[in-house]
Amino acid sequence: MKQFQYTKATSPQGVLEAISKPGTKIIAGGTNLVDHMKHGLIAPDKLVDINHLPLKGITPTKSGLHIGTLALNSVVSENALVLQKQPLLSMALKAGASPQLRNMATVGGNIMQRTRCTYFYDTIMPCNKREPGTGCGAMEGYNRMHAIFGASGQCIAVHPSDMCVALAALDAQVIITGKKGEKRMPFTDFHRLPDDHPELDNHLAKDEMILGVEIPDNNFAKNSYYLKVRDRQSYAFALVSVAVGLDLSGGTIRSARLAMGGVAHKPWRLFEAEKFLAGKTATEDNFKQAAQLAMQGAKAYEYNAFKLKLAPAAITEALKHASGIV
Amino acid sequence: MENIKKRKASATEGLDRVDGRLKVTGKAKYSAEYNTKGLVYGVLAGSTITSGTIKTIDAKAAENAPGVLAVYTYLNSPKIPGYQDPPTQPKGPFRIFDDNKIYFNGQPVALVVADTFERAQYAATLIKVAYDKASFQTDLKSNISAGVSPRNGKDYVKGQEDAYKTAPVKIEQEYILPTDVHNPMELHTIIANWDGDDKLTVWDKTQGVLGTQRSIAQAFKLDPKNVHVISPFVGGAFGAALRTWQHEIAAVMAAKALKKPVKLVLSRAEMFTAVGYRPYTWQKMGLGATPDGKLVGITHEASGQTSMYEDFTEGTVNISQLMYACPNVNTRYRLVSLNVNTPTPMRGPGEATGAIALECGMDELAYALNMDPIDLRVVNHADTDPQTGKPYSSKFLKDAYQLGADAIGWKNRNRKPASVTENGWLVGYGMGTGMFGAYRGAATVLARLLADGTLDLETAVTDIGPGTGTAMTNIASEVMGVAADKISVKIGDSALPPSPTQGGSSVTSTVGSAVNDACVQLKEKLKELSGTAEGGNLSYAQILQAHNLPQLEVTVTSKSSPEAAKYAMYSWSVHFMKVLVHPTTGVVKVDKAVSVADCGTIVSPKTARSQIIGGTIMGTGMGLMEEAVIDHRYGRLVNNDFANYHVPIQADIPQLEALFVNKPDPYINPMGAKGMGEIATIGVAAALANAVFNATGKRVRDLPITPDKLI
Ligand SMILES: Cc1cc2nc3c(=O)[nH]c(=O)nc-3n(C[C@H](O)[C@H](O)[C@H](O)COP(=O)(O)OP(=O)(O)OC[C@H]3O[C@@H](n4cnc5c(N)ncnc54)[C@H](O)[C@@H]3O)c2cc1C
Repeated sequence: MKQFQYTKATSPQGVLEAISKPGTKIIAGGTNLVDHMKHGLIAPDKLVDINHLPLKGITPTKSGLHIGTLALNSVVSENALVLQKQPLLSMALKAGASPQLRNMATVGGNIMQRTRCTYFYDTIMPCNKREPGTGCGAMEGYNRMHAIFGASGQCIAVHPSDMCVALAALDAQVIITGKKGEKRMPFTDFHRLPDDHPELDNHLAKDEMILGVEIPDNNFAKNSYYLKVRDRQSYAFALVSVAVGLDLSGGTIRSARLAMGGVAHKPWRLFEAEKFLAGKTATEDNFKQAAQLAMQGAKAYEYNAFKLKLAPAAITEALKHASGIV
Repeated sequence: MENIKKRKASATEGLDRVDGRLKVTGKAKYSAEYNTKGLVYGVLAGSTITSGTIKTIDAKAAENAPGVLAVYTYLNSPKIPGYQDPPTQPKGPFRIFDDNKIYFNGQPVALVVADTFERAQYAATLIKVAYDKASFQTDLKSNISAGVSPRNGKDYVKGQEDAYKTAPVKIEQEYILPTDVHNPMELHTIIANWDGDDKLTVWDKTQGVLGTQRSIAQAFKLDPKNVHVISPFVGGAFGAALRTWQHEIAAVMAAKALKKPVKLVLSRAEMFTAVGYRPYTWQKMGLGATPDGKLVGITHEASGQTSMYEDFTEGTVNISQLMYACPNVNTRYRLVSLNVNTPTPMRGPGEATGAIALECGMDELAYALNMDPIDLRVVNHADTDPQTGKPYSSKFLKDAYQLGADAIGWKNRNRKPASVTENGWLVGYGMGTGMFGAYRGAATVLARLLADGTLDLETAVTDIGPGTGTAMTNIASEVMGVAADKISVKIGDSALPPSPTQGGSSVTSTVGSAVNDACVQLKEKLKELSGTAEGGNLSYAQILQAHNLPQLEVTVTSKSSPEAAKYAMYSWSVHFMKVLVHPTTGVVKVDKAVSVADCGTIVSPKTARSQIIGGTIMGTGMGLMEEAVIDHRYGRLVNNDFANYHVPIQADIPQLEALFVNKPDPYINPMGAKGMGEIATIGVAAALANAVFNATGKRVRDLPITPDKLI
């Protein structure tokens, strides 16, 4: 690893100043960033450590729940307010990584984590995300973990986060600060599809930082479920994951929120399926139809064709769990 | 043999692991932790191409990087004396920095030595190598037809070849086991420190200090006595540390050239290319039987991968020659040379792979016969060794089937696949048998009784985890009647009396016998001293004090008796699995596992239980998740880390039950104990595949059984 400078930030303003200079990166839990440095994917000159900023709070707001960027994944997953108001977020967090990692990982770091595509990780291999113009190693390579939605001719990587799938389903907002002050961005708009710029994962500008997220209050707490299908029971990235929040009245779905992980360059909201389910009764048959709608436009590659079957199966299964049919 | 005693043993009885406290408190010092004065650090740089030659190497930036002492490549590396003789064989071990040829991706092309590990690591990234690329093959599946018989290897034929084809009921199927990597927790490591021009000490991760001593002595043309190898604790090895690898030679070379102690620890990624693996293997199994299940013929073919420079062979098909009574058996084994590094034995080498074909095949045959898979095995039980006709020294396999069937609840199995569910999950039961030769070699043990009544045991053997020291303590305690906490064991050092490399499930049998014999001799001496039959009422300490002796010491070499050759000696295992399979997502959960070992007397119940449990977990990895994947366009691994190469974690493993027949083998050794390290894994993957079939009706013949293969 290249030698680098390290400073501790004392204010968000200080962070913004630091990252306005090229070669400077924010470090939070470091569980993703340091790996990238060790693998030689990036070689920053300077790290600005934000862990000492007062951005750890989990607090109720007028119409929602605010979670500071430095709240640890483990802390958020066990927080009483989160468990009470947004259990889906807790479930998704607990499905991610391992307890050790969750004890280090932060909300902002989790949102900003980069793909686990193995071609991205190996500097010997071509990768348009790591080095634009070198090609995509995965497209005709070992693409078992890769996207079935929204990929481009440049990149078929997926976003690896579990937490983000729940936040996308829950209509969270990302709170961002930059030179022009604070702003909010809908979570579903935060991450990008690869298009012609796979090197960009999201819409956060280089000189901006995340302060936290806010989740609006909802009626999903009783009927939420996060299903993660993976190669082993824990500590593996999703083959496919599904976050479901249902607002159920009797057997009728008043409204539904669904998002998938492991299928696209961003947490993948299933708007069509949500629309279909609104007003329907919670039956396995309706769930299967919703799952079929969700699969429109899916496209598989050599090794991930199984996701075309697994994804709708997982959606149906998650809906059954959320509605209590299982 | 007179020394056999009935030993009572259950999973909860017996000694705690004697070095357990040291290990869990961090006081056990592993090879990488001997931070001798002036230590410098070596880091390897690997080839980024898969085949060809090195054109140029630009190491200037690395040489000039902070803290760098030297960069060695084939261009400037001091010659390894033992590599200068013309090779005696056409193929042989890869010789580091010997020439500019590239045989596999990741092959070390340079060694950087610096004053800190981090600086060496950084400098290694600065080395620029230009290559002339050549074409290559890394995919066994598309090269099966290129397989050749190994040298000295003959196809095995007993009775009629391919007789299974004539049987009224038959199956013929192909099975794939991908490359599995040992991946012990402890990374391979060496610290080499020359004590003069012709003398050195190494702290090494090795399964055999004497093997390492021999290899280093040969490579550097030294008197083996001048190579002191120390390896008191080893954090798992499973076969990967059976031989001396090129990173070890490189570290010794650099330490000599720099006249400084050099430490070299492989990275996790290097663990995939520097220390061997279980080879990717294709198998074809033909089984034929009469309608009542009597086997008519077994035909077992296998093609395993090896490197371009060296032939690695294993007994993949041998299990089919040995397991069942069958008049007609033939096997063929082929090697396919690919642009990969050489495989190496991995727990249950050969048999663990072969058992997938044989034991899945038997399950498929049982279905074709509409017969219970245990009944099919009992019908074909071998009462004498099918290969030689010799009687077995001991065999209680039928008892093992019964014990396991009862413990797993085999009676709850519904033969019809996909017919039972629990909470929406499909339920399946499966079983698989394992066997492995029971060996006993030669070992020397020093036993020393001190005036305070405590006992020291010393021998060179290393303990790679099974609990060798604990077994030695158990045996000595029993023979001498000395309490276990009064016994201390010193092992893992080439300066101690010779004993074999830890491998082939033979150490308890071999070293344990020497402990037994040394203790028996010590007791004889004490008897002589005291002049009475059992030492009268005098304690050992009193006898020594009465004769003014500070200590009493014997060094005893023990080896197998010629009588043993009259018998066929094997250990057996039967693994039972109950699995749950999700009908739509294809997720497989092991719900319950029972493994039964028939391996003679259990000398150390707790560590024996750990052995079986560890082996079952390794077999579970083999069956459900482990697979090293190469992108054949590049010949390069794409999952050489613990995030992507999945080994089982706690959540994958339910309560495992380890059961022992625990009946002594009268012929193998004084304890009546046979090995169990390998049988713990052999047969597990087949049991899983068979259970998944019972649950789903889907037969997955290319392992591992991941969810995508079941939907
Ligand atoms: C072996 C392994 C397994 C894993 N498995 C899973 C899994 O199953 N599911 C899952 O979801 N995740 C998994 N993870 C990923 C883990 O969740 C992330 O590494 C973690 O969330 C990153 O958080 P961090 O605080 O450590 O981020 P860091 O590593 O500190 O930072 C990551 C990135 O975020 C940027 N950043 C951090 N904070 C801010 C901020 N406030 N504003 C702007 N930029 C910021 C950093 O500059 C950096 O680019 C796994 C990780 C590992 C190593």
